[in-house]
Amino acid sequence: MTDWIAIAKLDEIPKLGARKLKTEQVEIAVFRTGNDEVFALRDRCPHRGGPLSQGIVHGHTVSCPLHNWKIDLHNGQVQGPDEGCVHTYGVKVEEGVVYLSLASVESAA
Amino acid sequence: MNKQKLILVGNGMAGVRTLEELLKLEPEMYEITVFGAEPHPNYNRIMLSPVLAGEKTVDDIVLNSREWYAEHGITLHTGDPVVAIDRKARQVKTASGLSADYDRLLLATGSNPFIIPVSGHDLDGVIGFRDIRDVELMLESARKYKKAVVIGGGLLGLEAANGLKKNGMDVIVVHLMDILMERQLDKPAANLLKASLEESGLEFLMQAQTEAIIGEQRVTGVRFKDGSEIPADLVVMAVGIRPNMELAKEAGLHCERGIVVNDTLQTFDPRVYAVGECVQHRNNCYGLVAPLFDQAKVCANHLAQLGFGRYEGSVTSTKLKVTGIDLFSAGEFNEAEGDETLVLQDPAQGVYKKLVIRDNRIKGAVMYGDTMDGTWYFQLLREGTDISSFRNTILFGQHDLGDAGHGEETRVVKLSDDAEICGCNGVCKGDIVKAITTKGLFTLDEVRAHTKASASCGSCTGMVEALLASTVGEGYAAAPSKKALCSCTERSHDEVRRAIREEGLKSMRGVFDTLGWKTPDGCTSCRPALNYYLLAAWPGEYEDDAQSRFINERAHGNIQKDGTYSVVPRMFGGLCTANDLRAIADVSDKYQVPEMKVTGGQRIDLFGVKKEDLPAMWKDLSAAGFVSGHAYGKALRTVKTCAGKNWCRFGTQDSTGLGVQLEELTWGSWMPHKFKLAVSGCPRNCAEATIKDLGVVCVDSGYELHVGGNGGIKVRITDLLCKVASEAEVLEYTGAFVQLYREEGHYLERTAPWVERVSLGYVKQRIVDDAAGRMELYERFKYSQQFAQVDPWRERAEGAEAHEFTPLSIDRLRAVS
Repeated sequence: MTDWIAIAKLDEIPKLGARKLKTEQVEIAVFRTGNDEVFALRDRCPHRGGPLSQGIVHGHTVSCPLHNWKIDLHNGQVQGPDEGCVHTYGVKVEEGVVYLSLASVESAA
Repeated sequence: MNKQKLILVGNGMAGVRTLEELLKLEPEMYEITVFGAEPHPNYNRIMLSPVLAGEKTVDDIVLNSREWYAEHGITLHTGDPVVAIDRKARQVKTASGLSADYDRLLLATGSNPFIIPVSGHDLDGVIGFRDIRDVELMLESARKYKKAVVIGGGLLGLEAANGLKKNGMDVIVVHLMDILMERQLDKPAANLLKASLEESGLEFLMQAQTEAIIGEQRVTGVRFKDGSEIPADLVVMAVGIRPNMELAKEAGLHCERGIVVNDTLQTFDPRVYAVGECVQHRNNCYGLVAPLFDQAKVCANHLAQLGFGRYEGSVTSTKLKVTGIDLFSAGEFNEAEGDETLVLQDPAQGVYKKLVIRDNRIKGAVMYGDTMDGTWYFQLLREGTDISSFRNTILFGQHDLGDAGHGEETRVVKLSDDAEICGCNGVCKGDIVKAITTKGLFTLDEVRAHTKASASCGSCTGMVEALLASTVGEGYAAAPSKKALCSCTERSHDEVRRAIREEGLKSMRGVFDTLGWKTPDGCTSCRPALNYYLLAAWPGEYEDDAQSRFINERAHGNIQKDGTYSVVPRMFGGLCTANDLRAIADVSDKYQVPEMKVTGGQRIDLFGVKKEDLPAMWKDLSAAGFVSGHAYGKALRTVKTCAGKNWCRFGTQDSTGLGVQLEELTWGSWMPHKFKLAVSGCPRNCAEATIKDLGVVCVDSGYELHVGGNGGIKVRITDLLCKVASEAEVLEYTGAFVQLYREEGHYLERTAPWVERVSLGYVKQRIVDDAAGRMELYERFKYSQQFAQVDPWRERAEGAEAHEFTPLSIDRLRAVS
């Protein structure tokens, strides 16, 4: 059983930007950093539910568009002094295609 | 690679602050060793007076715990002073016999209290007031003895006297001069101070010159030149400090009154830096904390090999840390010939304020009793602000300090702990004070990060700064004279803009690389600012970077709390037709807009639109002739108009027609912040033109142009720029004003603070007096408008930036795999 599922070409996600991915269970924000790393987080800020996919990406951080909370893309941790955590999903890039780990989505659901 | 070795001699505020600044810039560059003579880690020396007065404990004032040093890999040797420097071998030796090598050496040896060399100065019970040990000695004396004499009626002496009094001693202050704190106060203020200190129980001997300290083993009294004597069990010498430069001198470094340093804080040996009270810079020695912090910043900049910081000296201000006494002084508070003074004196309330003015600029200030506006005056002083436009009310203070309409409540220090300071985030005074003391916060940014106070709309910033000042002492509160654009760079807004222009930087990456940005791709503060600066500098050449724009400007709508967007079609001058309204009604039906509202700027706002629907909705609006209203942007927003002479019986000119022309001229232009216009047809001013960034008030003989107003957080009424005779001139002056603001305003600085920063006189000179310059500004504005007046809605309706509006979906994803 294959766990990984292709969701987009890398080029379809803007550098230092994100795309929203709608699934039946949850909305996921798929980020691409300046050095082409890709991360997937739940598209919901733990503060007031802001859509993180709409935030500004800098370094390995996204700033929530509503109140500027900063979230680490690696682990979903909110950066100090605010506190909180966002669920992260498995994601990988192979030959310019972005894959999401379905298991990580289903286990979170 | 072996790290370079940095040794800090002197474990005090200036030196450790330099290390902190350095660690922010280059955390890994040096292997750092610190030698301190005192047995303590770094503590806040300016808070010794509150410790003596029993208002704080020693633990309260520790700035950097031993854990801090360990965390940053710094080797700390306390209680072991450096006794020799061998500059050839680049090595220091300590009292205990340790030696250590350095590549760079930082001297921060501070200063010593000056002990008057009269006979008996070395008796037991004669001390200075400098460190924790002195405070301990004073507290111990207070337990055993009764009579204290403080020699010196300056800042330190009075704080010592107050502290000893609080500990139950009878205190006599002996002062050589006829006024107290003559370095900071003029006579009237000093007399008020003396009276209130006498009321609290201190005694004074003025114009008294000490001849000898009397006693066998321990001090028993003090004798004066006139032969009189007073009894004493404790004598505190607080007549001044002397830079501690013995070590530097013996190492052959050039010293005069202090260790002489240049603008980069280097001594005559470029490997050896010096900061703090031990240095002499441009002939000044400083004994206050704020300049030390400025020096620390510059010194760290050089140690990190960035090399562009310059220390050009500091203007200092003083506050007395004696509870219940409000006193402030800054600059040249005694007027020189030709200076003017503004004085407010209210003896019944014990209030005295004096400002020394030269060429309409504040040169000095002394305040007693009511010092709330001290920081404001100090800021005006340091920035050399032309005060002519408000000098007739300046003594009454900055009424709107940090808020609109709170009035007396701005006396924040007197508020109770449960008083709400930050209305946006519901933060009370007690929360802020607690965070400052328990978390050891020093700066406004830190308070914002930890409490959220002043982190949203910013209207309570003044109050939060006042709390910071009253809680930790004035040194920390003083805003740096030069503010960096953000923490990714040391450079200010103006420096970055200049570099973009002069070095021809035309891309974000170019700015990052050329100016040595500290982060790989900036942050949420600098990216939008740089995108604007590049766009404004290179119209038609710079390619807008969508990812550096805040979501509202990327999606061309305002994001709402539920993640939907709002849509405001442009209606030039607020005019519309039945067909326009029908089209808007049809669109809102079609896309099931849950709520519509007329905005403050006379436009119609459609709320609750799903992001995916935006392009289709814009397509329909485009077809009906609408363009984007830019209600979401740091851009030209709206031109509000009144009915004008076409209909109104009072109207003097065609205000609606002029409003339409102005909006047609200016729509689509990006600005440092939002920009609002209005045109009123007569002085009744129904369009509220005098709280707009630019407001036109029509009169029978022409058009008054008013600038720099806004509603919002701090209401500011416009200043009258000038009066012109024709509509063509209104357009030309408006275009020129907008362009000047676009070229020189800082990103996120509205015209109100901008006009206050650069002064109305400057704006008049550029826009009114310099006709040729005005034309050039106007031409540059029109040129950039060629590229700006492209409707972003139509572009996106036609397919541009489609990824922004189309989510990925799981179905599609199944199809791909």
